[in-house]
Amino acid sequence: MTNSPFSEGVVPARLSAEALAENFSDLHPRLDDHEALVAADRCYFCHDAPCMTACPTDIDIPLFIRQIATGTPEAAARTILSQNILGGMCARVCPTETLCEEVCVREVAEGKPVTIGQLQRYATDRLMEKGDHPFTRAAATGKTVAVVGAGPAGLACAHRLAMHGHDVVIHEAREKSGGLNEFGIAAYKSVDGFAQAEVDWLLQIGGITVETGSVLGKTITLDGLRDAYDAVFLSIGLGGVNALGLDGEDKSGVLDAVDFIAELRQADDLTKLGVGRDVVVIGGGMTAIDAAVQSKLLGALNVTLVYRRGRDRMNASQFEQDLAASKGVRIITNASPKAIHGNGAVREIDFEYTGDDLKPTGQTVRIPADQVLKAIGQSLESDGLPELEGQKIKVTDTGRTSVDGVWAGGDCASGGDDLTVTAVAEGRDAAEDIHAALSA
Amino acid sequence: MADLTSKFVGIKSPNPFWLASAPPTDKEYNVRRAFEAGWGGVVWKTLGEAGPPVVNVNGPRYGAIHGADRRLLGLNNIELITDRPLEVNLEEMARVKRDFPEHALIASVMVPCEEGAWKDILPVIAETGCDGFELNFGCPHGMAERGMGSAVGQVPEYIEMVTRWAKEATGLPVIVKLTPNITNILYPATAAMNGGADAVSLINTINSITSVNLDVMSPEPMIDGKGTHGGYCGPAVKPIALNMVAEIARNPDTAKLPISGIGGITTWRDAAEFMALGAGNVQVCTAAMTYGFKIVQEMISGLSQWMDEKGYESTADFVGMATPNVTDWQYLNLNHVTKAVINQDDCIKCGRCYAACEDTSHQAIAMSDDRVFTVKDDECVACNLCVNVCPVEGCITMKTLAPGELDERTGTPVAAEYGNWTTHPNNPTVSAAE
Ligand SMILES: Cc1cc2nc3c(=O)[nH]c(=O)nc-3n(C[C@H](O)[C@H](O)[C@H](O)COP(=O)(O)OP(=O)(O)OC[C@H]3O[C@@H](n4cnc5c(N)ncnc54)[C@H](O)[C@@H]3O)c2cc1C
Ligand SMILES: Cc1cc2nc3c(=O)[nH]c(=O)nc-3n(C[C@H](O)[C@H](O)[C@H](O)COP(=O)(O)O)c2cc1C
Ligand code: SF4
Ligand code: SF4
Ligand code: SF4
Repeated sequence: MTNSPFSEGVVPARLSAEALAENFSDLHPRLDDHEALVAADRCYFCHDAPCMTACPTDIDIPLFIRQIATGTPEAAARTILSQNILGGMCARVCPTETLCEEVCVREVAEGKPVTIGQLQRYATDRLMEKGDHPFTRAAATGKTVAVVGAGPAGLACAHRLAMHGHDVVIHEAREKSGGLNEFGIAAYKSVDGFAQAEVDWLLQIGGITVETGSVLGKTITLDGLRDAYDAVFLSIGLGGVNALGLDGEDKSGVLDAVDFIAELRQADDLTKLGVGRDVVVIGGGMTAIDAAVQSKLLGALNVTLVYRRGRDRMNASQFEQDLAASKGVRIITNASPKAIHGNGAVREIDFEYTGDDLKPTGQTVRIPADQVLKAIGQSLESDGLPELEGQKIKVTDTGRTSVDGVWAGGDCASGGDDLTVTAVAEGRDAAEDIHAALSA
Repeated sequence: MADLTSKFVGIKSPNPFWLASAPPTDKEYNVRRAFEAGWGGVVWKTLGEAGPPVVNVNGPRYGAIHGADRRLLGLNNIELITDRPLEVNLEEMARVKRDFPEHALIASVMVPCEEGAWKDILPVIAETGCDGFELNFGCPHGMAERGMGSAVGQVPEYIEMVTRWAKEATGLPVIVKLTPNITNILYPATAAMNGGADAVSLINTINSITSVNLDVMSPEPMIDGKGTHGGYCGPAVKPIALNMVAEIARNPDTAKLPISGIGGITTWRDAAEFMALGAGNVQVCTAAMTYGFKIVQEMISGLSQWMDEKGYESTADFVGMATPNVTDWQYLNLNHVTKAVINQDDCIKCGRCYAACEDTSHQAIAMSDDRVFTVKDDECVACNLCVNVCPVEGCITMKTLAPGELDERTGTPVAAEYGNWTTHPNNPTVSAAE
């Protein structure tokens, strides 16, 4: 090993290949049969179950858990996937502690929810490993739909449309499908190339063509798509990244957390990936936590996450915060970045402590940093899109935009949390509305 | 995809899952919702004579036995037949049948043991459009004291007689529901068959007291300081019901008599087991009362997945397939030798197998200082106790010794040929015959 956690600068191979493999292994390894039965046994099969209401895709949780308990995980998987075609990924990435498991009656009563997410993974893995695709297409309708963006929203929409017999072309800017499932989600949540395997499995339905390198606003236009297809669904996510607006932001070592994560997710060999000795992450959401944790797992000596408001305002869930803390990430709250120092490359960064409502206190702190990861939010690249609401495309409950024949969903559309599962729900529901419109 | 549609004594239903005659089928509101939830058929809550209906107690009707985590294992009830007027039930049945023509609707009936009573009421009920009748000779409480229910069900001659009256009174299929509170289920089953029954259904509930209030010194459920025996049902009664179904199905004289299986059915697997032993369809009560109508969805998905995996296209393909393998003890192969095997990867080292075997069986499990549990093949009689007490499903399994392999316990190699008690040298009747 050439480097260690103590090596200065942004360098690769701070840890051995084995240590890295261990660090980036499955966060929650799949339940074995015994664990799944014990976990399933705890479910009360509640009436009008609160967990189900809390799931953005309305998965029939009591039913699928009962199907596991009665020895038919494949039937359980069908129950899940009929509502949420990316139920496999959602089982890995959903912040269950703020969704289904938060309201599980056993969480409320005993502080120990039924482990719904892990059971969902157990069931979906069982089915998908068989290579079995349980859905078939309806008779061809002859209608065509363009889906722009192959993230969770686009994939869910395309699958539901294909099931209804429409022909779908997904236009995807990148060379790979999956959206943030492939480029954003923390590596330890989606191991062993699951994101691509899931896309391949989903496309088995047939009737969906993916055109990569097809960029809305560059190689294709919305008007062009409206002319060429019977309907258009926009699911382009949030491609832009917010900037700090500080001097020195262009120094080397200062980068967007999403780019850092994307590079990590695409790396074939983690020992070749550079990371700083003293990493500072700015932000308070899931992206910030993921960037901080993964820097630490790559072998950074000190990782500090700095958020400008109080802990209670952090978007990252308690579970995510605890995960970061358990990996040795130091979390500083109520501090805003003020200045970036360094000669070419970043060396230090100044923060000013803030009071309530971000009121400056005059108190400052200087933190050593040879790498600064900015995670203060993504934004929509909005040229030539339908009418916006705030920073996002304005949509109705079923995803209709201001432009006739154009629907939108996922992170780029208004309403709903920016979560994988929400994107899936919005894609699915828009597909149903598109189907209704095309059938009318 | 497996075809779950079912035809039982000519009565069609979208699947073989019927709700048994009980509170879940007591009124239109329930039955509509049950059909909407997916139940294939219902046997309407037992109807009585016209006139003022029976009355139920106004205190607790149910007692229960719970397993770990308060899972309901057995339910006991002191409820009677419907306590709503006959006309109201008939109007509701007619409406439901009209709106759900594809679903089976069976009228359960219990009237006094008089020819006129039965012959008068069945044609009136038939006007609802119901698909058949179930004669309730099984209710163990309340009604028996009035000369109905299990009082009739315990006297084979009465069963035959009433069944005959019923068959004379209606052209619709007649199912006779049997009480388990008898010594030998073949007597009432045979009587029903001789009376002309199209089928039998079993079991009704079992006489029981679930618990005793030790402060008041009264059985539960307790009404004003007193209790009475009630009818036991739910998962705990399934083994008793399975045996009774099997006895009827394998008895040459009654083998052709269609059976509707009832008793503790809670999952698709329970249903499949009843059907494998010869039940043409199944009825469910306690599971619906415990979890709601929605559980039928699991029964449907589970049964169809299993049928697909096994290649069964319709339920008729597997009904009765296990019946020929139900035999008498003396015909079991005594040359079949197995040994318990503990999978060390699955073992959580609780020691329950050890306690069970060491204290109460054959001292055939060894425990090392570091809590590794292993089976001593030279002591293991393959009783299966360890398998049953181990908390980890599949951790202890039974390995079958191949012919010629040494059974270390007896020191003899396993014989290849089948050999049972009837030919065993230790059997006194064998040597007597020699
Ligand atoms: C670092 C990070 C971690 C996250 N972790 C979690 C998590 O653990 N759990 C969770 O639930 N959510 C998480 N999220 C949020 C989640 O990933 C998103 O909410 C979800 O991916 C949104 O799906 P989408 O389909 O709307 O957009 P995206 O997944 O962003 O997909 C958009 C797709 O559109 C393509 N595209 C963009 N512009 C164009 C264009 N002009 N032309 C053609 N194609 C285009 C993109 O290449 C991409 O493939 C995380 C997000 C990030 C950034
Ligand atoms: C509360 C209650 C009331 C019942 N009432 C009747 C009845 O009116 N007629 C009848 O034939 N069986 C009646 N039963 C018996 C059930 O139909 C069924 O045979 C029995 O409960 C066994 O099935 P299970 O284990 O699925 O509950 C009743 C059972 C219960 C629990
Ligand atoms: S709330 Fe909890 S116990 Fe109730 S159905 Fe959902 S997972 Fe099961
Ligand atoms: S189940 Fe309903 S009717 Fe029965 S005691 Fe409880 S609240 Fe009363
Ligand atoms: S009972 Fe099962 S888990 Fe417990 S020690 Fe024995 S084999 Fe192991």
